[in-house]
Amino acid sequence: MRLIRVAITITGAGAGNIAALLCAGLFFLFVPPVMANTADAVRGQKIFKVCASCHQVGPKAKNSVGPHLNRIFGRRAGSVEGASYSTDLTRAGQTGLHWDLEHLNIYLENPRNLVSGTLMKFRGLKDPNDRADVIAYLRTFSDNPRDIPEAAPTATTTPHDPAVDPGILAIQGDPEFGEYLAGECVTCHQRSGDDQGIPSIVGWPVEVFVTAMHAYRAKSRTHPVMQMIAGPLNDDEIASLAVYFEKLSK
Amino acid sequence: MKITRRTFGIAALATAGAMAAPSLMAAARPKVVIVGGGPGGATVARYLAKASKGDIDVTLIEPTRTYYTCFFSNLYLGGFRELQSIAHSYGRLASEYGINVVHDWATGVDRGKKMVALASGGMVPYDRLVVAPGIDFRYETVPGYGIESANKMPHAWKAGSQTELLKAQVENMREGGRYVMVAPPNPFRCPPGPYERVSMVAHILKRKNPTAKILIIDPKEKFSKQGLFQEGWATHYAGMIEWLPASIAGKIKRIDTDAMEIHTTDEVFKADVANVIPGQKAGHIATSAGLANDTGFCPIVPATMQSQMDENIYLVGDSTIAGDMPKSGFSANSQAKVAAMAIRASLTDSKLFPARFANTCWSLISTNDGVKVGAKYEATPEKIAKTSGFISKVGEDAELRKRTFEESVGWYEGISADIFG
Repeated sequence: MRLIRVAITITGAGAGNIAALLCAGLFFLFVPPVMANTADAVRGQKIFKVCASCHQVGPKAKNSVGPHLNRIFGRRAGSVEGASYSTDLTRAGQTGLHWDLEHLNIYLENPRNLVSGTLMKFRGLKDPNDRADVIAYLRTFSDNPRDIPEAAPTATTTPHDPAVDPGILAIQGDPEFGEYLAGECVTCHQRSGDDQGIPSIVGWPVEVFVTAMHAYRAKSRTHPVMQMIAGPLNDDEIASLAVYFEKLSK
Repeated sequence: MKITRRTFGIAALATAGAMAAPSLMAAARPKVVIVGGGPGGATVARYLAKASKGDIDVTLIEPTRTYYTCFFSNLYLGGFRELQSIAHSYGRLASEYGINVVHDWATGVDRGKKMVALASGGMVPYDRLVVAPGIDFRYETVPGYGIESANKMPHAWKAGSQTELLKAQVENMREGGRYVMVAPPNPFRCPPGPYERVSMVAHILKRKNPTAKILIIDPKEKFSKQGLFQEGWATHYAGMIEWLPASIAGKIKRIDTDAMEIHTTDEVFKADVANVIPGQKAGHIATSAGLANDTGFCPIVPATMQSQMDENIYLVGDSTIAGDMPKSGFSANSQAKVAAMAIRASLTDSKLFPARFANTCWSLISTNDGVKVGAKYEATPEKIAKTSGFISKVGEDAELRKRTFEESVGWYEGISADIFG
């Protein structure tokens, strides 16, 4: 409950001054990295309290529920020694997910946008400025310039917004069409729900499935096979697959 | 009207007592016969039986009781899999899906009468026939080599006893001996296969026989995943593998199986173990049924996998001319789903959806060093055309390569279940 209240409060406050929000966003994006540790990061530190119940950051930070967040920029996802990760997150890291501005932004918006089976049970920061400020705060703990890949945080002009439009989530899929299309999926993802080497997708809620497929289609998720499979699928086809796999039980 | 068992029952009642054999035949469950129980044929059988829920009578004709998948047979060769792990029976297709599994050789097709002849003498009628015989060899590409020399120089390009034989020969090769592969000309089953095989042979020899050498005599000038394989060979098996394209080795002139020699237009190569993989064509039954053209393979209608020669016959897998799709188990499985969907739509009132095709080929270079290549395809009026694709990159880190290998193991389990139930 606390997470929700905090998120709402911040969103409410921010919405009061759209111009200021825009400035904050642009400021974060275009100033040199050494300058990022100013007002945004200070605000980010306050927002970070919602993260702090699971994540430590700073000189004495250790792994707790989640991994410590020091030097997170450029780090391969799922690579902190001694931290516990879901299989999905470990696999995402192995297949190329690294924490840069773009992917932290997607993850903080809703962790399941990026990694369906993540252990991070957090609703996400819906306001892009909240995310930008938290990321600015985290960057102050990647203080060695070598740990801040210049290209990633500064080259992106617009924070990528991965949220799937509610209209797309509302599309009613055709399970029969979904079953036919699923032929392409089950060559690798077993209908039985077995999970060996390749994740199970059986019984996923429609929203999780649709969000995942749209993220692959937008290439915010990194797996090349899934990007290829999702690339040509239209919204109706994704909805049909989602409704088919949701109903398929293990 | 959709033909179901129920409507058949009513039709049979109405005509009971009358000598109405032709109308009874017409009202009976439509019969689909599938020749060949590999990744293509068995997938068609399973998808048809599963989706039609008994409305279609499905017969699968396959001579072997145990099917050894060609994919992953190289991993058996390299000691990464047990032979048993790539062996599959047809029991579940019969018991869980109601498929009539007939272990016999289809020897001919009477397209006029719509009957398949069996080696045992039986005849099987069909409404729709699926021909999925895989490949046979074009021995003329390797003069001097033939069926009778396959134990002396295994091809091991159809998995099972040939693979076991080749493995035994590699493991027992004299110290410092030479393994020679005669690679096949295009088009052939599993484009990265010969080069994955060489990697697996090198993996065995590196430990058991480190002074041994591997030579590939290739009629081609380039091959699938070439950069990835050559990078891997340099990393894991430095100095062991030599690849000679036709421009260097010369063209294959003659194979002397007694002397264990491969003669090219330029040179004579002596082998201790010779793995001769001849050129390929569609399985014999497809040719004898008149389904192949002068390429030796069978032209198909891309949207349905129907034969261009006969609308009641469908073809899937390595025997087809599948446009941009490579000959692979994955491709055959993908084509089979399109064929099953189109066959159902032609026999019942099920929907005909647009054809969709995909392929991914994983290859193992060494322990935990997996690579992959894949693509998606669509049916155009002319051919199955590639729309997008990807390939592993040279210089990828070890963790990604390990993950790619793990993924391939997961894929094997997935596709096996999708083919054999």
